[in-house]
Amino acid sequence: MDVLVIGAGMVGAACAYHCAAAGLRVTVLDRGGVATGTTSGGEGNILVSDKEPGPELDLALLSVRRWRILGERIGADRLELEHKGGVVVARSAPALAGLADLTGRQRACGVDAVDVTAGDLPALEPNLTRDVTGGAHYPQDMQVQPMLAAAALLRAARDLGATVHTGTEVRGFLFGRDGAVTGVRAGSGDRAAGWVVNAAGTWGGEVADLAGAPLPVLPRKGFVLVTEPLPRVIRHKVYTADYVAGVASDDAGLETSVVVEGTRAGTVLIGASRERVGFDRRMSLPVIRELAAQAIGLFPFLADVTLLRTYLGFRPYCPDHLPVIGPDPRVPGLVHACGHEGAGIGLSAATGHLIAQTLTGATPDLDLAPFRPERFAA
Amino acid sequence: MTTFSFDGEEVTAEPGQSVGAALLAAGYRSWRTTRHGGAPRGLFCGIGVCFDCLVVVNGRPGLRACLTEVRDGDVVSSQEGAGRDHLAC
Amino acid sequence: MTTSPADIAVIGAGPAGLAAAAAARGRGARVALLDSAGRPGGQYWRHRDGHNPIPASLRQDILAGHAVWHVEVEADGFVLHTTAGEVRARTVIVATGAYDRQLPFPGWTLPGVFTAGGAQAMLKGHGVPVGDRVVVAGTGPFLLPVAAALRHRVTGVFEAGSPLGFARHPLAVARNPGKLVEGARYLRALHGHRIPFHTRTAVVAAHGDDRVHAVTVARLDRNRRPVSEREIECDAVAVGYGFTPQLELPLQLGCDTRLDADGSLVATADEWQRASVPGVYLAGEVCGVGGAQLSVVEGAIAGAHAAGARPRRSLLRKRAALRAFAAAMHDTYRVGAGRPADDTIVCRCEEVTVREVRESVVDLGATDPRGVKLLARPGMGLCQGRVCGYATACLVAEACGRPVTAADLRGLAARPIAAPVTLGNLAEGVEDA
Ligand SMILES: Cc1cc2nc3c(=O)[nH]c(=O)nc-3n(C[C@H](O)[C@H](O)[C@H](O)COP(=O)(O)OP(=O)(O)OC[C@H]3O[C@@H](n4cnc5c(N)ncnc54)[C@H](O)[C@@H]3O)c2cc1C
Ligand SMILES: Cc1cc2nc3c(=O)[nH]c(=O)nc-3n(C[C@H](O)[C@H](O)[C@H](O)COP(=O)(O)OP(=O)(O)OC[C@H]3O[C@@H](n4cnc5c(N)ncnc54)[C@H](O)[C@@H]3O)c2cc1C
Ligand code: FES
Repeated sequence: MDVLVIGAGMVGAACAYHCAAAGLRVTVLDRGGVATGTTSGGEGNILVSDKEPGPELDLALLSVRRWRILGERIGADRLELEHKGGVVVARSAPALAGLADLTGRQRACGVDAVDVTAGDLPALEPNLTRDVTGGAHYPQDMQVQPMLAAAALLRAARDLGATVHTGTEVRGFLFGRDGAVTGVRAGSGDRAAGWVVNAAGTWGGEVADLAGAPLPVLPRKGFVLVTEPLPRVIRHKVYTADYVAGVASDDAGLETSVVVEGTRAGTVLIGASRERVGFDRRMSLPVIRELAAQAIGLFPFLADVTLLRTYLGFRPYCPDHLPVIGPDPRVPGLVHACGHEGAGIGLSAATGHLIAQTLTGATPDLDLAPFRPERFAA
Repeated sequence: MTTFSFDGEEVTAEPGQSVGAALLAAGYRSWRTTRHGGAPRGLFCGIGVCFDCLVVVNGRPGLRACLTEVRDGDVVSSQEGAGRDHLAC
Repeated sequence: MTTSPADIAVIGAGPAGLAAAAAARGRGARVALLDSAGRPGGQYWRHRDGHNPIPASLRQDILAGHAVWHVEVEADGFVLHTTAGEVRARTVIVATGAYDRQLPFPGWTLPGVFTAGGAQAMLKGHGVPVGDRVVVAGTGPFLLPVAAALRHRVTGVFEAGSPLGFARHPLAVARNPGKLVEGARYLRALHGHRIPFHTRTAVVAAHGDDRVHAVTVARLDRNRRPVSEREIECDAVAVGYGFTPQLELPLQLGCDTRLDADGSLVATADEWQRASVPGVYLAGEVCGVGGAQLSVVEGAIAGAHAAGARPRRSLLRKRAALRAFAAAMHDTYRVGAGRPADDTIVCRCEEVTVREVRESVVDLGATDPRGVKLLARPGMGLCQGRVCGYATACLVAEACGRPVTAADLRGLAARPIAAPVTLGNLAEGVEDA
């Protein structure tokens, strides 16, 4: 076998699909089921809007292009891929000034960002609060249903000859005399592979440890609220300008900057909080109250809408908030594709594409240096 | 006797009855259509578990007819889909 | 509204909760008895006019209209978040009961098809029969009181199992002579109203356009496969295959659960009705389906022990006998998963079909009900899998070629929000809303 992917989440699925499509023989192992890790605990926003110019924005722009291609190849319906665009709302003069500055810099990088006035917003989002100062419209922002998208990509990979083994935990690595990885030790036995891709998401650090190549991937907890099903009441992904600050923050404490969006199923998703509290699965009422309050602030009609359920997940984050993508020079044969924090769904398409390019010896569309695994060593 | 209207028709109920029980007694079997299939639905579990009996009472959609006690003069109407089409955009 | 902390909060004012509250109060504890319903009594006591089984001493403790949507564990007790405000208590007794369990069949979503309990609730609670020609179907002794109450309006009772199975459990029956008398009384009542009682027969389809007008019933062979079918006209169906315990609060609290003999997920209680979580007691059908009498006995044990007293030995003996009978009942009325056709709707809320459930296993690689729920949406709608959870778990396990596990059912029974609450109510108290 050429490539063994650890993790059947969104990122592992995208790696498996792109590698299989590039003609490699692929096996995917996951200790759980298909897409039952963080991929089932988050949302499916594919955003360029929330990113500052830099390597992550470059990756996001590539990913948006790759998601379009995936939509054409696999079927937008099977991914619930929607080109709905994003709307960012500023609710004070300083926030609007900050947003205008950001959109200007984003445009210089190729982002389609349109500044809009308070008067333009009701046409974009009829149910939005009128208490706004202005905003920005990002037509490139999209959305998928993450579990469906991951399962559909794995399905497509299987059609291209890949095999997927769920309920199979990787417990160690096999090494050759030269110290290079030659396979893994899995619950079901040893498996040889030319390349092993670590797509274990939030557990990517643990897997890297098994190979003797530590990576600082840590959990950042987040809650999402789900409302009763409604007709289409929200057209875009809508969030406040404070969101960008929350995403990039280094604060360990709780942050909630709400993103509100409709889904094909009719439910409205309200996400998401950010907290560094380890793998604490407990429900936190103060957090969900805060998310509810902020969502009502954006869309007052939500006050009368019923909360159906809440769920949570643990984003895989690295200290510099960038993912780890590419071969690990410390352990030949080991390749990483993990640590995508709150953007792993969006960034997965580009990640899988770049990994396939690397493993087939092609020149990657993007310089992988900012994402290199050894950058943390010091 | 309690009197209320259902989709414009006058219906009588015994005091303390739920909207669902009163509609059932008056011969109605369904007062809602589903969001996807547009299929008719009415009471099923009778105790608030299944959410099949949704109805609009005095303009409020999404109420469970089996749990909502009927009051004199209530204006009750069928619910189409999610019952919030006025918000659709 | 925030009341001062109670010693004991009892959630659910059915037979179990009422008995628990009475026992605890009788031993001097300050009790808050909460129920989402507007009146106490649970699914069993639906006093319409006049006779009220609620002891006068308890009436002041009852908080009606308090649906508990979330329970939080704190250092010195529990906070119950209800639709009518917060209630604090040092100890909680969860007595939230059960609701009818369903196995989907084509046409079960037609108006006029009711749960057996729903038909009973309409009649006992509101004085409204669900129809004039009612087919009563499913499995278990509960079908008998439902049919007996509807009397001449019943076209036939179709029991998928056979009460003859009790013959395999002579001891359990002998310890509960009252149950035998009760069963015989119901059968006599059916006979008196000339209601045919068929065993090993199931409703396999309901027919109609906008309401049910007929059903197909089938004899079942030893492997529960339909062998001979016939159509029966009717204007209502009352169907139930046992009961599903209402477990969201025990699961929120982190209580251990297990698979019971009837295939239901139940919360695990020790000999004093304590859950695995300190300060939490369980009583009634949340810890195993066994009828109102058993619920009362378990409630009395839980209430006494929670109030610091030693429950009477006679109660423990009675519980043992009633549980033995319940076990014999579960063995007698075993519930198969059924093999509904591909286009049968499983999830009524999201209108998910059997085919979509099977495809998410076969095509998309899901390996458990939670995975299927995330891919095909059964259990994602308004009822949050309360109605389709059991059937979905059975279908997924079958598609995966293995038996249903407790983990399968847990994956569909965990609900962090146990009762509907609006975002506005949720956000109350947050500044700058
Ligand atoms: C609340 C919240 C909201 C979010 N919203 C968004 C959003 O809108 N847009 C977006 O792009 N991202 C979002 N995210 C982030 C996104 O969910 C993650 O970045 C993404 O799911 C990570 O995918 P993954 O495949 O790397 O990890 P996972 O989905 O966690 O997959 C890793 C897999 O590895 C398996 N595994 C681990 N260790 C082993 C082992 N030893 N052996 C075998 N298998 C193993 C696990 O079982 C798991 O299935 C959100 C996250 C959260 C929590
Ligand atoms: C619809 C129905 C009708 C039935 N009719 C009969 C009958 O006629 N005869 C018979 O012998 N058996 C009947 N049964 C069986 C019956 O459930 C049991 O025998 C008996 O009632 C069990 O008692 P319990 O106290 O354990 O639970 P229940 O009687 O079910 O009481 C549970 C109580 O908890 C409350 N509750 C649940 N969740 C919450 C929450 N989150 N917050 C606040 N309150 C909550 C409910 O409102 C309910 O009042 C019926 C069952 C059902 C489902
Ligand atoms: S009939 Fe089931 S909720 Fe009303």
